Amino acid sequence: MMIPTTLRPPIDHAPPTSIDQRRPDEARLPAAAHPSAISMRGFNSWYGDHQVLHALDLEIATRQVCAFIGPSGCGKSTLLRWINRMNDTIPGARAAGTLSLHGIDLLDRSLDVVDLRRRVGMVFQKPNPFPKSIFDNVAFGPRLHRVYARTDLEELVEQSLRASALWDEVKDRLDSSALGLSGGQQQRLCIARAVAIGPEMLLMDEPCSALDPRSTASIEQLIRELRASYTIVIVTHNMQQASRVSDSTAFFYEGRLIESGATDLLFTNPKNRQTEDYVTGRFG
Amino acid sequence: MIAAAARTAAEIAQRGTPCSLLVRRRFEGSIRAVLWLLTCLSVVTTAAIIVVLAVETYRFFTAQGHPEISVWSFFSGTEWSPLLGAQPLFGVLPLVAGTLLVTTIAGVVALPMGLMTAVYLSEYAPPRRRVALKAALEVLAGVPTVVYGFFAVTFITPMLLQPLSSSFGTYSAMSAGIAVGIMILPIVCSLCEDALRAVPQSLRDGAYALGSTKFDVSAKVVVPAALSGIVAAFLLALTRAIGETMIVALAAGGLAHMTADPSSQVQTMTAYMVQIFLGDAPAAGIEYKSSYAVAFTLFLITFALTWIGAIVLRRYREEYE
Repeated sequence: MMIPTTLRPPIDHAPPTSIDQRRPDEARLPAAAHPSAISMRGFNSWYGDHQVLHALDLEIATRQVCAFIGPSGCGKSTLLRWINRMNDTIPGARAAGTLSLHGIDLLDRSLDVVDLRRRVGMVFQKPNPFPKSIFDNVAFGPRLHRVYARTDLEELVEQSLRASALWDEVKDRLDSSALGLSGGQQQRLCIARAVAIGPEMLLMDEPCSALDPRSTASIEQLIRELRASYTIVIVTHNMQQASRVSDSTAFFYEGRLIESGATDLLFTNPKNRQTEDYVTGRFG
Repeated sequence: MIAAAARTAAEIAQRGTPCSLLVRRRFEGSIRAVLWLLTCLSVVTTAAIIVVLAVETYRFFTAQGHPEISVWSFFSGTEWSPLLGAQPLFGVLPLVAGTLLVTTIAGVVALPMGLMTAVYLSEYAPPRRRVALKAALEVLAGVPTVVYGFFAVTFITPMLLQPLSSSFGTYSAMSAGIAVGIMILPIVCSLCEDALRAVPQSLRDGAYALGSTKFDVSAKVVVPAALSGIVAAFLLALTRAIGETMIVALAAGGLAHMTADPSSQVQTMTAYMVQIFLGDAPAAGIEYKSSYAVAFTLFLITFALTWIGAIVLRRYREEYE
């Protein structure tokens, strides 16, 4: 089968649509009715000779929040970074098996990773706004993808900042440096920056671990709102957070997927002993 | 057993403390005194140099029997002929123009090339190649400048410039400027590379995750984020080029005149000082004293450049940190 190297037309072919109204008539469906966004079969990954992920089989449903939980070093961040191929930047990282996004092979060497990352946004552990103005941070992605008209950019920036619940706090100082924002605001700015390129999926790598409780609460609220429009995968160390924000949860331990399923079931009625020990806080 | 060990440790600590505290305080005190003296020494040395320059410059301007010399005529005069003719003329602008011409050529050669080399080394080069190239640049930085002067006269002029245009003589501002550019290239490159590598990896990751190519990451995130360091590198390199002496003394010629023509001979401020101190100008003569005035002018220019650099840096830092 020919694998398309361009996943979809550049963004200027599809004029900026309102994030809130993108899928206006679609109600949230029960988990079983959601088709898979991400599907992996027998997925393995290595850093050099060290195998970090072993034979993973997992489906991640479209427009749901999926939480990856597990102790440090269990490979959950590594897995996340394969979904948008950020591991390409790490020398010696390689993977085998099947990992696909809506049927597109993500491990294909000829895959256009620039285009993939336009579809799959990412938010990092530590807020990493660029040393530019708030406006330029959000407009960075659209400009990369050739949206230059000032009115289009202004519209996109406002929509993205509204979507990340930051607009009211920053609308009067869009031209001031993003580095003047608080940690929680910076992280919401990073979410706005990811949302501005119109992705269908958001990857969040412990997005609240560098934030205070109040900022954490606002980000969690935001995640619950964003799942109407995006498939979200969140890596977290915080079990309460996983239970608060996610629809499904996958528990990893030492590079293996121990258990996955609907979050309420996994937390209240885990099938596996290790899962039970972890979610009840007995180790990890 | 643990209790016993703790008791022993406590005893040793008790026994040791009073003595070692005294020794430690004396040692710290003497270290502090030595460091303070050394700091004073370097500050006093710098101040002494400035004082000597200023005093000798004052003597030049107030020299007996030279009513034509004034601060105004010195800084605004466009004729510099201290050794020839019945009436020596001391207008420093031709020397300043010569210095600026050579420095501009050096900057055009070295700044873009140095920055681009630094971007390659920092963002593109595989680690092993980076190490090898950096070592090569360090060799370039260790070459004595007199060698660059020879290189300009024996290679750049006859092999590069004269085939291009017949207007190039043995000595030219272009030849000297290119050689000075090559000399400051390692400074530009290595300081820019330090600035680029100091940009946190998280910013690069953030840019890649938005669908940036390597070029996008380098040009739109890393270089802007490192701008303050890059500006500092440029200014330091230019200051170095302005003060460079040996290359221009060998390759730029000795004709002090106002020109922007890179193929003509020029004399820089530094080259003039070499000419006076190595030539047979008598130590009491006015032309000998004039070199102090030139040196003081040079000092003012480099001082101003450093000062402007500090202002620029502070402004960028407010914006980017």
